[in-house]
Amino acid sequence: MIDIIELSQPNTQLLIDDHTAFPTELADEAIYILREAAAQFERPAILFSGGKDSIVVTHLAVKAFAPAKVPFPLLHIDTGHNFPETIDYRDWLVKSLGLDLIVRYVQDSIDRGRAREETGKYASRNVLQTVTLLDAIEELKFDACIGGARRDEEKARAKERIFSVRDEFGQWDAKHQRPELFDMLNGRIGPGQNVRVFPISNWTELDVWNYIREQNLELPSIYFAHERDVFDRDGLVWSDSPFIHKTPDERPYRARVRFRTVGDMTCTAAVKSGAATLDTVIAEIRSAEISERGARIDDKRSEAAMERRKREGYF
Amino acid sequence: MDILRIATAGSVDDGKSTLIGRLLYETRSVPQDRLDAIDAASKRRGVDFLDLSLLTDGLIAEREQGITIDVAHVYFNTPRRKYIIADTPGHFEYTRNMVTGASKASVSIILIDARNGLVEQTHRHYFIAALLRIRTVIVCVNKMDLVGYSQARFDQIARDFERLAEQIKPEGQEIHLLPASSLHGENITRPSANLRWYRGPALLDLLESAEAHPQRALPARLQVQHVIRPRTEALHDYRGYAGRVASGTFAIGDEIVVLPDERNSRIAAIERFGQRVESAEAGESVTLQLADDIDISRGYLLAKPSEAPVPHREIDARVCWLDHQPLTAGKAYVLQHGVQRVRAKVVAIYGVVNVASLNITPGPPQLNLNEIGTVSLKLGQPIYADDYEDNPANGAFVLIDEWTNNTAGVGFIEPNTQSESPPEVHMGFGV
Repeated sequence: MIDIIELSQPNTQLLIDDHTAFPTELADEAIYILREAAAQFERPAILFSGGKDSIVVTHLAVKAFAPAKVPFPLLHIDTGHNFPETIDYRDWLVKSLGLDLIVRYVQDSIDRGRAREETGKYASRNVLQTVTLLDAIEELKFDACIGGARRDEEKARAKERIFSVRDEFGQWDAKHQRPELFDMLNGRIGPGQNVRVFPISNWTELDVWNYIREQNLELPSIYFAHERDVFDRDGLVWSDSPFIHKTPDERPYRARVRFRTVGDMTCTAAVKSGAATLDTVIAEIRSAEISERGARIDDKRSEAAMERRKREGYF
Repeated sequence: MDILRIATAGSVDDGKSTLIGRLLYETRSVPQDRLDAIDAASKRRGVDFLDLSLLTDGLIAEREQGITIDVAHVYFNTPRRKYIIADTPGHFEYTRNMVTGASKASVSIILIDARNGLVEQTHRHYFIAALLRIRTVIVCVNKMDLVGYSQARFDQIARDFERLAEQIKPEGQEIHLLPASSLHGENITRPSANLRWYRGPALLDLLESAEAHPQRALPARLQVQHVIRPRTEALHDYRGYAGRVASGTFAIGDEIVVLPDERNSRIAAIERFGQRVESAEAGESVTLQLADDIDISRGYLLAKPSEAPVPHREIDARVCWLDHQPLTAGKAYVLQHGVQRVRAKVVAIYGVVNVASLNITPGPPQLNLNEIGTVSLKLGQPIYADDYEDNPANGAFVLIDEWTNNTAGVGFIEPNTQSESPPEVHMGFGV
């Protein structure tokens, strides 16, 4: 066999010079989906993580129902391991947009014996939040949970539907999904079932950033370059925090970093970066050598990690 | 920047995943860490080249079987537009996935292995592209490297395909045939010295120039999704009708008719993304305000009086069945046309078509999973639909099983025969 890498490198004529345009029809599509969620379900909620994707979904919801109020609340599953900047931002956003916020705590699930804290070097509450989420869905009787997941993030998500039916255990059955034809969305469900709704399924990471820039949206400060105590593990840069068990040879040091995705402090790695503005962040993403979820420690657990977690009811 | 939606289809092993991987790779849509991972995985599997098919390889079950089993979505950009590929499997059990993936596409790429020529799957893929009236069909004769880049071989396949297409090609559909090798990146984003006898555009050039939004030139249609009533002091009388323009355009001042009530009014204001705009065209999500206070609910259709659709209480439709439970005459379903749902009963199944031979078996007792047939339906309430061939955006529907809530079938409305007795079998196709 010939080494095809040598035979044909990427086509240099296709190098992208101006990649900053946002395809507006993605916003039309997202708003169509949000309006279907409002119309087809009794009690929808936006799953708000504080990450840029759920922030964009929230802003789209405001536009979808303007000048009326967004007809459903935000639900935040607080792991207790959030970046404090995320919580500050969440409270500011809810206030400035006039939204309703409901918070449920992973700590409560642990205290009630519904979930058990992980131990060891890689302990995280990322998996535990599924328990709290499913309990919240049951308690608050949500029949649709609107999330910011995108199909380009990860291989398992590439097959996710816009309206994704979950059984009463929150499980996703990848093999028996409802076909979605044209833009018709079928949200009819039986007792105990609920639906995950993904309005920005077809957005890429770059689309999200370009939209944020076009709309001039505020983001949590940790998305931009700042000084932070970090340490190195498995080739990634981890934020030093009381929630992470460091081994003695993992010594924290000060560095200029930013976060490309924002989950828990225990499962989101930083990237070393000097990009302190939207323009410089976008420029960095365009030239980036590492994919977005490459900085997610939770995905690194195994190649099929995401698919497994999704089947178990993860966001 | 617009979006071009592409459906890819191919048989197992004709190199579809490699083709998509190649497009991603050459448009620099793959981050280095993913390339590194693929490089490592390629080596683990004992192949000594970068196996680009691994880029779109998905679920666990799939990796076990080594084939694609569902619709997966792949994204890439050029400076000109954003591309969304719905990658659908080619083996015959999954016609349902192919129809699903193709339903949103304005371009269909059909792959043919140059060594094998047309196979039964090629017939199936093109039948679906014709049924859905996909605007642009690109027939990519792949693996030309394995037939010595033979022009005679390509010409033979092109003739065979043209013979297949001439029987069922819908009006207005463009078909392009091109020779390529996705493994070697020949004729994918740039021409190849080995294929100098081919003077046409490379695959990406065809994609860059394909039309993405043919529905803008059609009659105006908007179904109301949601009525916006802020119920605040300042906006006490505000009533906004939120929906996505399915086809055509609406502008402030346009006379409109509201269906089913057949009340006329005028567009007083249009908002998009919460901002006032002058007009709205197909694909845009807007909120309309009308000059008159009319009672309008979800599912109502707005159109222009001169080109309004007529009510349908009985429809003939071609149906592709997607469910394990077969469609049977006499059975009731929920029919969803856009966002509107009505009850529907199957009056008759006129025939089922063999998509390879185009032979029609008249009067089958049922339509099974992955079968395509023509049926007659009676509706509980009228729908304001167009024939699919006139306006695809307002001419399709899904059938939902009332008990399982599954999306069980998809239908394409045919011109109504209006006859009492079952008409002679017709599929709207050729002969």
